[in-house]
Amino acid sequence: MLKVIKMIVNDKEVELAVDEREALVDTLRDRLGLTSVKKGCEVGECGACTVLVDGEAIDSCIYLTMWAEGRRILTVEGLKGPNGELSPIQQAFIDEAAVQCGFCTPGLIMTAVEIVGTGKKYNREELRKMISGHLCRCTGYENILNAMERIVEETYKVVGEE
Amino acid sequence: MYDIEKYYQAKDVADCIRALREDPDAVIISGGSDVLIKIREGKMAGCSLVSIHGIPELEGIRMEDDGTIVIGPATTFSHITNNDIIKKHIPILGNAVDQAGGPQLRNIGTIGGNVCNGVTSADSASSLFALNAVLELTGPDGVRLLPIQEFYSGPGRTVREHTELLTAVRITRENYEGFGGHYIKYGKREAMEIATMGCAVHVKLNADKTAVEDLRIAFGVAAPTPMRCTKTEESVKGMPLGQELLNAVGKGVLEEVNPRTSWRASREFRLQLIEEMSRRALAQAVIYAGGEIHA
Repeated sequence: MLKVIKMIVNDKEVELAVDEREALVDTLRDRLGLTSVKKGCEVGECGACTVLVDGEAIDSCIYLTMWAEGRRILTVEGLKGPNGELSPIQQAFIDEAAVQCGFCTPGLIMTAVEIVGTGKKYNREELRKMISGHLCRCTGYENILNAMERIVEETYKVVGEE
Repeated sequence: MYDIEKYYQAKDVADCIRALREDPDAVIISGGSDVLIKIREGKMAGCSLVSIHGIPELEGIRMEDDGTIVIGPATTFSHITNNDIIKKHIPILGNAVDQAGGPQLRNIGTIGGNVCNGVTSADSASSLFALNAVLELTGPDGVRLLPIQEFYSGPGRTVREHTELLTAVRITRENYEGFGGHYIKYGKREAMEIATMGCAVHVKLNADKTAVEDLRIAFGVAAPTPMRCTKTEESVKGMPLGQELLNAVGKGVLEEVNPRTSWRASREFRLQLIEEMSRRALAQAVIYAGGEIHA
């Protein structure tokens, strides 16, 4: 049965009819066209569908859209600057060559947004644990961690908080 | 799209219990990290769900006047780990739930779901056993309090009635004050893994930190349900800290556990894990309690 829900997606209020059985990943991709959100394992293991809900990274494949009522959803599309610029996090991924096929990248970038949002500094070992909900089959993670370290470092210089 | 036949979002606890009464087949869904995956795998296809997701009265952690820590069952793992009351008084639990799944799962998985699934491998369960947690179950006839040791009735089964909802996990002051605790999870990988073995040790030392005053040893996956090794606990009370204590615990627990062979690990390997992990968890718990065991 279709139900009308309201949520804030990438800073825009949206009101749409969704099926109660729908996963958030399907709503975002199929109804809102936000295809940065990737469908991988669909059981919450690979992290490709990671989005932020009220600032927290979740796997949108195991999150019912009904639960998003009144919540703020952020996807990679929402990181775009006013003139289409990349966010510093995306730039860090490019600068560190942290992308190969790119399928895991949007999810990892959203996790990076969550991490950077804390304003705290993390060492490589901590970052390793923080990205452990993502599978990347190309890079071997080293360049991803380099990008994470770089952006965490840059953010800490600006907003640093112990 | 999930294969869900009926979906109802409960407004509050009373509404949830009413919905459960009306539908004898309904399954409670909270964070969804177990239920939705079972549906995806076809194990629960065509199910009827009563969602308690986002009910504010089921979330959060508070301390009552007598020092009892009350954890809302819908509190997510990450909120438990980052909570100041947990960090200060029962870090063993914050540490344990920080090892479940991966970061995104810890942002949705809840402690209530972890317990109510009834699985022996639940990362929170052994720590809650060691902490003598008491579960508050609310049903149509009111509230009953049940020690967690009486909650599990078999693999994947609990004594929760169909119309009952877990509404709080309670830990009283005498069960955490002065204790040091440590949980060790053994899995093949360090993340996104279900425990092959989980061991929680909670220890209180005497005044000069030289001997054991109180000890709790709990395991997940050492039996069909999470369990305590009460005989071993009693037998080493009063023992001075040292190798002899570690040996007594490591050997003692082997007499009480009953692990099985599964595709994850054989019974023999699990027994080896049980002995070694109980020693290591105890040694670390002793350090947290302010003592030291010289190797």
